[in-house]
Amino acid sequence: MKAEKYFIQGNEACARGALKAGCRFFAGYPITPSTEIAEDMAVFLPREGGSFIQMEDEISALGAVIGAVWTGLKAMTATSGPGFSLMQEHIGYAAMTETPLVIVNMQRGSPSTGQPTMASQSDMMQSRWGSHGDYEIIALSPSSVQECFDFTAEAFNLAEKYRVPVMVMGDEIVGHMREKIIIPDKVEILPRQMPKEGPETFLPYQAPPEGTSAMPAFGDGYKMHITGLTHDERGYPDASNPQTHSELVNRLCDKILKKTAEIARIQEESTADADVIALSYGAPSRSALKAVRNARNQDIKAGFIKLDTVWPFPEELVRETTKNAGKVVVVEMNLGQIFYEVQRVLPEVKVELLPKIGGEMQSPQEILEKIKSI
Amino acid sequence: MDKTRENRFMKYLRKDRLPNIFCAGCGNGIIMNTFFNGMEMAEIDFENIVLVSGIGCSSRIPGYVKCDSLHTTHGRPISFATGIKLANPELDVVVFTGDGDAAAIGGNHLIHGARRNIDLTVICINNSIYGMTGGQISPTSPKGSYGSTAPYGALENPFNLSELVKAAGATYVARWTTAHPVQLSNTIKKALLNKGFSFVEAVSQCPTYFGRKNRMKSPIEMMHRMKEESVLKRKADQLTESELEGKLVVGEFQNKTAPEFSDKICRLLEDKCVTGKPSSLKSAYQED
Ligand SMILES: Cc1ncc(C[n+]2csc(CCOP(=O)(O)OP(=O)(O)O)c2C)c(N)n1
Ligand code: SF4
Repeated sequence: MKAEKYFIQGNEACARGALKAGCRFFAGYPITPSTEIAEDMAVFLPREGGSFIQMEDEISALGAVIGAVWTGLKAMTATSGPGFSLMQEHIGYAAMTETPLVIVNMQRGSPSTGQPTMASQSDMMQSRWGSHGDYEIIALSPSSVQECFDFTAEAFNLAEKYRVPVMVMGDEIVGHMREKIIIPDKVEILPRQMPKEGPETFLPYQAPPEGTSAMPAFGDGYKMHITGLTHDERGYPDASNPQTHSELVNRLCDKILKKTAEIARIQEESTADADVIALSYGAPSRSALKAVRNARNQDIKAGFIKLDTVWPFPEELVRETTKNAGKVVVVEMNLGQIFYEVQRVLPEVKVELLPKIGGEMQSPQEILEKIKSI
Repeated sequence: MDKTRENRFMKYLRKDRLPNIFCAGCGNGIIMNTFFNGMEMAEIDFENIVLVSGIGCSSRIPGYVKCDSLHTTHGRPISFATGIKLANPELDVVVFTGDGDAAAIGGNHLIHGARRNIDLTVICINNSIYGMTGGQISPTSPKGSYGSTAPYGALENPFNLSELVKAAGATYVARWTTAHPVQLSNTIKKALLNKGFSFVEAVSQCPTYFGRKNRMKSPIEMMHRMKEESVLKRKADQLTESELEGKLVVGEFQNKTAPEFSDKICRLLEDKCVTGKPSSLKSAYQED
């Protein structure tokens, strides 16, 4: 079988990417604008021998996903703002217990119930900091239906490689728009690793300072104890020991932050000689690219950066691609979130925000005007 | 009797984690014993057991047992257990939870687990108080009882947990107390063997908080009282509400058969699967 062309929604593409990547368990709770992912999984998972369950809320949805992952499956859930808020305690639990899983958040106008049918990118900081405590996750931002497929599939491999929750931070626009995409017959799949040691000697949380360990499943005879309490290499609670806590939490952060170079990815166009760069991610990056091309047609030295990976923040790549530019415009559908991160990594550069909320993304015209006026 | 002889269930414990954190006289130890007893009577393979728990003193039990165990978040263990059971329906999945864990913060998961009739055995250690956080009242604290957040006596009506879970659809429900270890062991055996959602309400004593705050001097006194207040379900069904005032109804509240949820999913997969592999068991380790 060869690759096939489809004309589908971003949400459907997420579901198909997950299935291709080996996802065999989905637990969720309906919420606009991500519900089609659950609906598609309900149709397709049983055909692939996988289980779908509609849970009683998003807290239990992520709980069931974590249970399924520890029992040897690749698993995911999908949600939007209010549901993402409810998931936060279990995101922290997954980070602490190093449970690989994927969460798609099709962002909608917020806070609170906000704008269920309109787009935003206002959960970007929440995706990194939403649960209590110091931890790191990986977040990808798709800007097209093709990327919904590709990034969701990739998210499963990243989750396994770093044993971390990976978030696909889409928005209502990419979730609901329809585009032509190519679905390959096979995608690269990173299988979970069984330990080389037997149950007598294996320690479930023995890992190098910037890494993670192999992960057997419940029922394999390893008799693991998994807890959200601060734990030692055996997985045993050791919650009052400052050193155990410090080593564990530093490792949870370092295994992501110190691997930023191998995890994080951006796309760029015309940055080499650009004076001003439009930096964006997700749906509005498409307007930003159009604006930059229009600017070039008018002999304005503009460049374009799109963050494929938002967390860990691609610091080095952003510094590298903006080193000849004096000005950067950050285009995002919120009142400024990634903008502050860009400011932080480019202290010498004039960084300005072109925010937009209300549900619609910035038009190429609006961005071009900002490029000209900065 | 030779007092130095090791408890016969010691072989099931993580000896490197002992001693446990439970206070002297706490009911949790008795319930661990009755669990192992019930498991042996049911002839369940210990190697096939996964224990899941929430947060609380009672939820610490799985951490001392030498089997796969998932100590989750406060109130949510049934949701994690649901994922485990669906990912590998062959496993015997048992949830240890407290009255706060199961009935307050986790009340929704409890009734939905029962509604689905998923094959889990939930052992709820009901000590009528929040032990771990220091004696606050819980949804099962008797009206008028004292807790650190009810210094003038509890004003709210308590849940009758066994009736609640029965009404929600569980296929096996029973209540016994730590003063009835034989009956409790038998009930745990039946619960483990029931193919469906089983709920064991193990009424227990927290001498440290409930006892102290409610002027019950010792764990022994608390257990005596539980025994005295107990009325068998069969007998209780003949009594009026006022006759049952201050009584603790013990026995089986439900024991029936009904289609089980993970079974229904397995049958759905067999029906709908187009790949010839209607199970995904351990598929995370496969290359494609
Ligand atoms: C979300 C959340 N809220 C509150 C707590 C604090 N907390 C820990 S245990 C507990 C109550 C435990 O009571 P119960 O379930 O009855 O168990 P017991 O300790 O009595 O066995 C609470 C409120 C928590 N850990 N997580
Ligand atoms: S506080 Fe109460 S429930 Fe907790 S271990 Fe002590 S006696 Fe048991």
